[in-house]
Amino acid sequence: MIRNISTGLLGLAWATAANADWQLNMPRGVTELSAETYELHMMAFWVCTAIGLLVFGAMIISLLLHRKSKGVAAAQFRHSTGVEILWTAIPVLILLAMAVPAARTMIKLEDSRNPDLTIVVTGYQWKWHYRYQDQDLAFYSSLARPSLEARQKNSGIDPFDVENYLRDVDRPLVVPVGAKVRVLLTSNDVLHAWWVPDFAIKKDAIPGMVNEMWFQALKVGTYRGQCAELCGKDHGYMPVVVEVVEAEAFNEWVAANGGVTTRTFADNR
Amino acid sequence: MTTAVADAHEAHDHHGPATGIRRWLFTTNHKDIGTMYLVFSLIMFFIGGAMALVIRSELAIPGLQFVHPEFFNQMTTMHALIMVFGAVMPAFVGLANWMIPMQIGGPDMALPRMNNWSFWILPVAFGILLSTLFMPGGAPASGWTMYPPLVLQTGDAFPFLIFSVHLMGLSSIMGAINIIVTIINMRTPEMTLIRMPMFVWTWLITAYLLLAVMPVLAGAVTMLLTDQFFGTSFFLAAGGGDPVMFQHIFWFFGHPEVYIMILPAFGVVSEIIPTFSRKPLFGHDAMVYATASIAFLSFIVWSHHMFTVGMPLSAQLFFMFATMLIAVPTGVKVFNWVATMWRGAMSFETPMLFALAFIFLFTIGGFSGLMLAIVPSDIQYHDSYFVVAHFHYVLVPGSIFAIMAAAYYWLPKWTGHYYDETAGKVHFWLSTIFVNLTFFPMHFLGLAGMPRRIPDYSTQFADFNLVASIGAMGFGLSQLIFVYVLLTAKKGAQATAGVWDGSKGLEWTVPSPAPYHTFDEPVHVDRSVAFPKDPNV
Repeated sequence: MIRNISTGLLGLAWATAANADWQLNMPRGVTELSAETYELHMMAFWVCTAIGLLVFGAMIISLLLHRKSKGVAAAQFRHSTGVEILWTAIPVLILLAMAVPAARTMIKLEDSRNPDLTIVVTGYQWKWHYRYQDQDLAFYSSLARPSLEARQKNSGIDPFDVENYLRDVDRPLVVPVGAKVRVLLTSNDVLHAWWVPDFAIKKDAIPGMVNEMWFQALKVGTYRGQCAELCGKDHGYMPVVVEVVEAEAFNEWVAANGGVTTRTFADNR
Repeated sequence: MTTAVADAHEAHDHHGPATGIRRWLFTTNHKDIGTMYLVFSLIMFFIGGAMALVIRSELAIPGLQFVHPEFFNQMTTMHALIMVFGAVMPAFVGLANWMIPMQIGGPDMALPRMNNWSFWILPVAFGILLSTLFMPGGAPASGWTMYPPLVLQTGDAFPFLIFSVHLMGLSSIMGAINIIVTIINMRTPEMTLIRMPMFVWTWLITAYLLLAVMPVLAGAVTMLLTDQFFGTSFFLAAGGGDPVMFQHIFWFFGHPEVYIMILPAFGVVSEIIPTFSRKPLFGHDAMVYATASIAFLSFIVWSHHMFTVGMPLSAQLFFMFATMLIAVPTGVKVFNWVATMWRGAMSFETPMLFALAFIFLFTIGGFSGLMLAIVPSDIQYHDSYFVVAHFHYVLVPGSIFAIMAAAYYWLPKWTGHYYDETAGKVHFWLSTIFVNLTFFPMHFLGLAGMPRRIPDYSTQFADFNLVASIGAMGFGLSQLIFVYVLLTAKKGAQATAGVWDGSKGLEWTVPSPAPYHTFDEPVHVDRSVAFPKDPNV
């Protein structure tokens, strides 16, 4: 533990922008909608920054100039209906300008029609179950062994020595790149939430209900997330790992795992 | 004979507090009860804070070092329940008890015996809640939001959790009724509603919010209780119920609750900024309307806490628009505070410093709130550390800083002495530095994908978590300076009736310390002092 602390402190001391661990912002992600979400996030951020500069700027000027120690006499003005109307109306306009693009993206997020692939995701305390609807393929996905061992209290294993500590599973979800994947989400026990930041999708898995969301990953790679809804003691230990592979590799993977291969996938990016 | 009569008369007119423990157990005096509320809230602040430090210690570095995940979840749950219901809410009720009668020129709260009862319920409620830590299965660990079905997995603590929430609600409802009745009936005749000081106004509106939503919470937790013990299925899908319905009911309480914890803070800041700017509050009436608008909007935005549960698009759009609208009256409040400072003659005593930091840092929390309203972005932020950063910004340098500001502002009125200003300033600066060190990095953690309520995390989150933990330790330790200030509060110079250079309002017309009974008769004072808002002055 001492070593961990010193590692951490060292990391702190040698912090540089080049160090990827000091990630500051939301990922842009690998779907069209994750990029749109990122743009909405940045738009809201810059609007807030601009308003902040104006308000804090005025405040700071006031704090510097209008001090009793400078011998100024306090003005006694106390209201102005015109100003009140102005600073009510302008924010309304700014908000409208923000709401319109957000609404546009929301409409797309809800449109899960015509999927290429449907996967039923079921939350369990504390693992995920994946079922490929048309491929007749199903399996559980739980925390990978090395993380499981390292995560025990005082395990003596340094998490920094474990690859993808707490964000690795024994069997990841595999999907073909460019396919529109519809996720049907439910739970077997308590609430869970399935989240992959790079796809900008997150939804609750609710017992007795089926939720729906979709993604279309445009880049091959491994994408990691976690359960995002408190689900009991091992809530922190049910990661989500999605491997986005070439269509050809997906077909092979389905066949190798004994799934039905009546439908083969082609890259339709 | 005449002497005896005179003595009896004397005794009646100037009877002070009873002595010993009886004074505190049986008191009906608004100042005593206010003090008890404030002391209680400070104790809870430290208990809840200690739990926060357990959380931050475990999260300082990756791996589990100190506690097991189940205990970690108990800590997050208890920390929130204690801070929300035990620290922030009672602190504002304590301030209301002390200051509302004095600000409106009333002799006491309208319902003094109920006042005593509504306070003394609290130690019982929190005694029960804290006792669950020692029960089989431990304290509740399902988060303060108590979502089913997880909350139904709570051990023996479950009925005690429900009962203590009922008691807290009972106390809040009685406190709210008392405050409403006091404000409506006990004002000195010349004080019309629109002339009331902002602290009184914000509390009047807050009290109505409490009255409207605490019974809703009581209903929600009662349904949990019957689901657990009496075979109902309100929230159990297997029996035809709906787990999401709990969330709707909870947040119908929960969102107004957010404003219950911030509106009185707005009131406090609206008192302090004019005093130390030596200038009347800008747009007093607009502030009242803005507060009322926020209160109204707070009832129609609850589902923004639930954008990921799977709602129809139309509902998502409605709740997004309504939520964004809250930025408008909140902006009006901030703009008015800035306009109040503008061309004032400011000085920077501790209460002013806390109030200024409130405006800066609460606004940052407001900005992240606006970002959270945008549904697609919220889907990313939801249940991540970004949300943790957001609500801690509005609650710690928001509500808690306002409470600190209020305590420093009115302390000389309560004790009759100036507190240690140097210690106050040190307390302020350390708190401000550490609060940002604690909570600002949490924005980054959330954006990078760290979920909330996890006892351990992937190594890519290690750096900012360590920063946050160092900040939290610093913030916790800094609060001991506040205890020092309180313990030495009576050692400073004798305070004048006005206490501060620019103070205006009825509470500053009575001597410091405020006598045990104030305003026994309708008050006759210089109107320019009593009613700084009065346009005729």
